[in-house]
Amino acid sequence: MSRHLRVFFLIVGLSLISSWIILPEQIPLNFQFRQLKIEKNFVKPKSLTVINKTINLPDWQLKRGLDIQGGMQVVLGTDMSSIAPEDRQTALSSAQEVIRRRVDLFGVSEPLVQTSKQGENDYRLIVELAGISDPQQALDLIGTTAQLDFRILDSSASAQATSSAVAFLNSFVPTDLGGKQLKRANVQFDQTSGKPVVGLEFDQEGQKLFADITSNHTGEVLAIFLDQAPLMLPRIETAILDGRAIITGDFTLEEAKNLSIQLNAGALVVPISVLEQRTIGASLGQISVQDSIKAGLIGIGLVMLFMIIYYGLKGFLASIALLVYAILTIAIYKIMGVTLTLPGIAGLLLSVGMAVDSNILIFERMKEELRDGQPFNRAMELGFGRAFDSIKDANLVTIATSLVLINPLDLSFLNSSGLVRGFGITLLIGVLTSLFTGIVVTRTLMRLFLKGSK
Amino acid sequence: MINIMKFKWLFFGISLMFLIPGIISLLLFKVRPSIDFTGGSLIEIKSQALRADKEFVKLTLQADYQISSIQDSGDDQIIIRGQVIDNQSKDLMLAKLKQKDPNLTELRFETVGPVLGKELIVKTLTAVVIVSSFITLYVGWRFNELKYGVSAVLAMFHDTFILLGSFSLLGHFLGIEVDVLFVTALLTTLSFSVHDTIVVFDRVREKQKKVASVKYVDILNAAVLETLGRSINNSMTIIVMLLSLAILGGQTIKWFAIALLIGAVTGTYSSTFTAVPLLLIWDSAKNFLKKKKK
Repeated sequence: MSRHLRVFFLIVGLSLISSWIILPEQIPLNFQFRQLKIEKNFVKPKSLTVINKTINLPDWQLKRGLDIQGGMQVVLGTDMSSIAPEDRQTALSSAQEVIRRRVDLFGVSEPLVQTSKQGENDYRLIVELAGISDPQQALDLIGTTAQLDFRILDSSASAQATSSAVAFLNSFVPTDLGGKQLKRANVQFDQTSGKPVVGLEFDQEGQKLFADITSNHTGEVLAIFLDQAPLMLPRIETAILDGRAIITGDFTLEEAKNLSIQLNAGALVVPISVLEQRTIGASLGQISVQDSIKAGLIGIGLVMLFMIIYYGLKGFLASIALLVYAILTIAIYKIMGVTLTLPGIAGLLLSVGMAVDSNILIFERMKEELRDGQPFNRAMELGFGRAFDSIKDANLVTIATSLVLINPLDLSFLNSSGLVRGFGITLLIGVLTSLFTGIVVTRTLMRLFLKGSK
Repeated sequence: MINIMKFKWLFFGISLMFLIPGIISLLLFKVRPSIDFTGGSLIEIKSQALRADKEFVKLTLQADYQISSIQDSGDDQIIIRGQVIDNQSKDLMLAKLKQKDPNLTELRFETVGPVLGKELIVKTLTAVVIVSSFITLYVGWRFNELKYGVSAVLAMFHDTFILLGSFSLLGHFLGIEVDVLFVTALLTTLSFSVHDTIVVFDRVREKQKKVASVKYVDILNAAVLETLGRSINNSMTIIVMLLSLAILGGQTIKWFAIALLIGAVTGTYSSTFTAVPLLLIWDSAKNFLKKKKK
């Protein structure tokens, strides 16, 4: 099989796979033509059954940005004045952890909680919550501090409470020991076994309380509650008087780290303030998206029409390459989990307009070579060759610009806004994909279908 | 061969026709920065009743909230801009407004603290500086001779000022604001404009290599004629797409699309009709100075 034919089939294959990927989950079909009425709902199959094996097909969804599905984005500032400088980064991470856990409990799908450091002493959190119907509730949830406390398990009560979780929880007797008395928690390694353990250090008051509790309840279970939910249920082995405790258990290093962060999360109180808030209702996003998609489709149609009118058969092939481009790009968005925002859609459409550019460069070159008297096939090859340099230059500049917009290294002197990033990412993917379709796809199609006669 | 370059002063004239009003506007009215840059808050609500009676809105809210503007948006929405407030205060304000129109819906609420606003200005300026420098260095490196780099950069400035100028005018007469997306459109315009300019310069260089003895002005004319078709077609596709977006597309990115559109048009124009005549002027000036030295 000629090389071109092989590439052709590769392209067809990719296109078919991509088309499958972009199909939405359900395609309702409501159709009435005189007596014929069709009312079916095509549901995309989630798995293939071949012989006896069922293969689950990967389920890629298009991630929609906040400006499309509605939601809230807040930038939180933290007041680190009461935290020692060396503890600040940890404090920020624990605040992030706490907020993330709470937001999970709140039931938000795919929440985003990021840390961000601006300059020397400005520690921030960026929280994105999609589909929030009550922003105030979310803010209250995030704003309150985590609460750590210790409770003794009343063994007689717990023995009886086998029926419900609530009863079980009620079988714990609260003590006065809690996050307020915890000075610090960190990961340590057991002297003898070398296993990771979590070390707790209480302040003076805590030390006394802890000594009392552990001597009075030796052998019982002292539960550690975080945010009203039991975190750990270790048994008290001996009375502890120095205000330090080691929580042993079969921790992996990760588990120990997590626990110490969580405990610190309870211990370190970082006041949070809202520096920036953006809430967008779902309806505004929906309308915008529909309008933009409509505009995009019309735009693509016009571009294709233009190409066919101006360049004839070559233009038709380029239009096909354009469709392949659009299909591939959206499939890539789904696979890579690119979050689509409205500026992102604009970026996609812009890159469609630019995708045709490489083709136009090639065609115009070809026209010149033909005018100079070159035979058709030569003209085609020369067209590709000479145009490539210009294509490379131009796209390089656009790639550089999109990198600056995306700010992949999170450089603090450049923007990190989600909207701008969305545009940059779609622009970048667009440029790279269009290089592929513009050069490889068009070339292959032309080599296969346009046989020069001269 | 048509001597297009003969008309270079006409081309500059056309450019000035667009540049001068823009620059005057920039000096007099500057631009309208959005809350992204200045800090403050913005509430967009959907309410026919309130849109018809903005006085009521002003009076009701004035006590607790310093309003800077109330604008119409879309078919039945209004945008209220003012000082920074928190979520709770905003809810209270809307509750008051609901007394007049219980069907009021909150579409959008944004509030930006002043610190973040200032930061953003610095960040976006940094981005613009980085991209422009990269472009200048890249063109300089690719084309070795100084005149190409300088002409490309001047064309870039030309496009930038026309874009800024238009938005200054739009800001003054229609209240259109300059936000982060505008800066993004500006950067994209820069890259697009250079893209186009490079294609023309490539052609000039190619021709120079082939026939070194031909007069520079003839080379330029030939290069322009040859690339003009391609340049226009290419821009056509982009402009068609952006026009479609600007007219039919979503409300929130309308002005973004328009900024990109203005950028695309000036970018195309400047590549052929600004950058190339500049090359010619540079070349003629150099020759003139050479002759004087002798």
